Amino acid sequence: MSVLLTEAEAKALLEKVIKLSRADECVVQLQGEVRGNIRYARNEVSTSGSVTNKDLAVQSAFGKKVGIATIDELDDASLEKVVRRAEELARLAPENPEYMGVPGPQIYETSQGYFASTAKITPEVRAEAVAKSLALAAQDNLTSAGFLENRTGFTAMMNSKGLFAYYPSTGINFSLTVRTDDGTGSGYVIRGYNDVDKLDVEAASRIAVQKARGSVGAKALEPGKYTVILEPTAAAVLLESLYFDLDARAADEGRSSFSKQGGKTRLGEKIVDERVTIYSDPAHPELPASPWSQEGLPQKKISWIEKGVVKNLAYSRYWAALKGVQPLPFPGNLIMEGGTASLEEMIRNTKRGILVTKLWYIRPVDPQTLLMTGLTRDGTFYIEDGKIKHPVKNFRFNESPIIMLNNLETLGRSERVVSTESDQSYLVPSMKIREFTFSSLSDAV
Amino acid sequence: MKRRDFIQLSGMGIGGMMMIPVLGHATSPEAFLDAGIDVAVKKRLADAALHAAKSKGATYTDVRIGRYLNQYVITREDKVQNIVNTESYGVGVRVIADGCWGFSAIVDAKTERDTARAAEEAVAIARANARLMKSPVILAPQKGFGEVNWKAPIQRNAFEVPIQEKVDLLLEVNNGAMKNGANYVNSVLFMVNEQKYFASTDGSYIDQDVHRIWPVFGITCVDPQTGKFETRQSLSAPMGMGYDYLQVNPKDKIPGITTRYNAGYDMLEDAVAAAKQAREKLSAKSVEAGKYDLVLDPSHLWLTIHESVGHPLELDRVLGYEANFAGTSFATLDKLKSGNFNYGSKEVTLFADKTQVGSLGAVGWDDEGVPAKRWNLVKDGTLVNYQAIRDQVHILGEKESHGCCYADNWSSVQFQRMPNVSLAPGNEPLSVKDMIKDVKKGIYIVGDGSFSIDQQRYNFQFGGQLFYEIKEGEIVGMLKDVAYQSNTQEFWNSCVKVCDENDYRLGGSFFDGKGQPAQSSAVSHGSSTTRFNGVNVINTARKI
Repeated sequence: MSVLLTEAEAKALLEKVIKLSRADECVVQLQGEVRGNIRYARNEVSTSGSVTNKDLAVQSAFGKKVGIATIDELDDASLEKVVRRAEELARLAPENPEYMGVPGPQIYETSQGYFASTAKITPEVRAEAVAKSLALAAQDNLTSAGFLENRTGFTAMMNSKGLFAYYPSTGINFSLTVRTDDGTGSGYVIRGYNDVDKLDVEAASRIAVQKARGSVGAKALEPGKYTVILEPTAAAVLLESLYFDLDARAADEGRSSFSKQGGKTRLGEKIVDERVTIYSDPAHPELPASPWSQEGLPQKKISWIEKGVVKNLAYSRYWAALKGVQPLPFPGNLIMEGGTASLEEMIRNTKRGILVTKLWYIRPVDPQTLLMTGLTRDGTFYIEDGKIKHPVKNFRFNESPIIMLNNLETLGRSERVVSTESDQSYLVPSMKIREFTFSSLSDAV
Repeated sequence: MKRRDFIQLSGMGIGGMMMIPVLGHATSPEAFLDAGIDVAVKKRLADAALHAAKSKGATYTDVRIGRYLNQYVITREDKVQNIVNTESYGVGVRVIADGCWGFSAIVDAKTERDTARAAEEAVAIARANARLMKSPVILAPQKGFGEVNWKAPIQRNAFEVPIQEKVDLLLEVNNGAMKNGANYVNSVLFMVNEQKYFASTDGSYIDQDVHRIWPVFGITCVDPQTGKFETRQSLSAPMGMGYDYLQVNPKDKIPGITTRYNAGYDMLEDAVAAAKQAREKLSAKSVEAGKYDLVLDPSHLWLTIHESVGHPLELDRVLGYEANFAGTSFATLDKLKSGNFNYGSKEVTLFADKTQVGSLGAVGWDDEGVPAKRWNLVKDGTLVNYQAIRDQVHILGEKESHGCCYADNWSSVQFQRMPNVSLAPGNEPLSVKDMIKDVKKGIYIVGDGSFSIDQQRYNFQFGGQLFYEIKEGEIVGMLKDVAYQSNTQEFWNSCVKVCDENDYRLGGSFFDGKGQPAQSSAVSHGSSTTRFNGVNVINTARKI
């Protein structure tokens, strides 16, 4: 049997496992995936490969005593073995006071994350796509290094209260760094989609080529506070630190950027510019995500920050019960609403500023203020009187996304981007920010 | 698109979320006691792949049959949050066909038909990509070793220690911290066992058993009046050891303003100290930005070595193979060839080493059948070599690989990974106390914190766990909001003194990321306490 099960096949298999359970409660999770990739550098292929994987996990509970076991063989004897093993472990385990039992059946939204076009990709298709990208760079005495990876997989779960969930998905990511042969210019592009038909490797490669050529001859500017235009790829890696911090428990406990004095939180408070609205939506056609959380709760369209005000924080079922509120799972995707300005318009309306293609090696410096540090990379340009004047040397920044979103000047259009830090995809606009803090210069190209 | 599953550990005090890669699927702890597949069976499975690849036209093949065991025990305050037991078994086959690499991996490969299929797929991938090669792969020769094995010299196998003992330890640690002023404490025990079998067309059949352990905690103290909080992470090091690392032994304790640890870690003692220190940090003086002489403890300096020496001297980065992700390097080939590139001052000798007992990088052979060795990277301040693997060393004019090839799982293709890279201790007798005595305006930093460096490894910024102000040769109090910024070459040239070998200790990274798809590796960095003069310190406090 293929590792990629249909909904009916997955359901039949999970029902078989649930029937074997003698525990008070039982949850079974099943997943399978096939991945293929091609990696290139110095204008030729370096490594490439494929991986096939599958996994079935059983969680059994007696009261609040919980055990988990898994197996990758799916014959009847193996299924019996894995269920018995999970039950033995549950009997031996200490009570987990935070165990909330399994939820009953749920209704999920439809999310179209699977595309047959992506599922049928072969090594030849990958090689063909990369050949186009390589040809572009080779024309111009440029050196390219890139990575193309596609994945087809599914996840499914069922529990002893009758909950069943199934979500098939596909994905393809392409990233490319183009450098001039003398190492004085570097450009970057990254694209990620569920549907390979949306990926234009050639068009994306042209952007990296253009940035590589344009970044030759960078001049040094003094570090300090500058107006910046962050392209969506640069903005996403700062915004996601805010996303990872959306946990009610940490805020209530007084140890997150959403905590404040007196043991209170910033829920309901305006923390950033009123043009900032951030939400999640599993059914968004541009950014489909699993319509159910790891616990099997439905993912819905949820507003996290609306017009600058913190509307929601994620509550686990345990924390929600303790606080007397409804549980709200951590979101599966994140969308920041954009404005109407094009990148060109933003540049045209900038007296003096810096255009940033990408930010790199982002690390938290202070969790209290969400102060992050990192550097610009692969295309940083000085703007004067509405025009890109020249490339500039890269900067190190020390900045908090909360401070940054308070210093918002203009929002561009939202587009799908892949975080160069976490590999997660988001819908994020380009944004113009005043007084962005660059603290030192870097010689890196 | 996620490469793998991750466990998200929140509240570890390292800026929200710590993402821990889970390489494999969950299993029960008693499954860890299974011996796994017999070595004779592994040889038969490997031979099937070697044969299948050859019959399809491969000119070189290696087969890795791997069983990877992980156990993570995760607690907070008085609760066990999770006990994760994972086991991952499969085969990865790498070939050269038509002059190009190809790789394929199959889960649960237990028959000769499975391993042969992986080999055939790897050849098909190599052939599909060969037309994108400008010149064929040049592989340094490596003699075969026949049937051999290597086992990490552990005293106590962590996977044989009952879960209850581990849970009891962590809950005792948490309790110790809570009783001493912590508001929250998260603690985790990470344990890894790699059982890996390597076979190649060179005639090697290498069976290895690698163990690693990392006990770690994060403590948070909150001041509800001001809404401020401070954290202090453990001063443990991840080690290439068994559960013996948690054996409390007075000889492994380094006394001072705060106790530091060598090859044995007193987790409870450190947690008690951490709770008091996190509380003290709440009212510590915020640093005044400026130039300071830095005295860096090995529990801190390992990370600066890792980022500013380990990574830039990876030959694949230097050559551009990592340009699209981790980046390239300032330490280009012309600098090596000049023979006089001053990486650091005369005090600075940095060496690569895959042999040090107890280190994370120690093995018998690397993942392409090359024996472990030790060599200099920077000698008396001058750049003298890189870290390389079999398909790269010809570029250095060398005939033998350095043995730096590693894959984090059977399902990952092996590539160049950092060996242990360490700073040699000073030759003259010098204690930490005597080093501090000479400092007029300085900061003594213990423990690693925030870290960031550019893609060519010039500009970096590091934080830490504990910062002590030094005035006129004396420690006068605790500081907070400290980070230092420098440039790699400038920084290592500002090194004026290294303490002697009595102070030499290991730090390390348990989850070092590199490559596409991203892989994790573990690597140690040894040093003695070291002094750097006139380093730029910034104040990181902000208001939101």
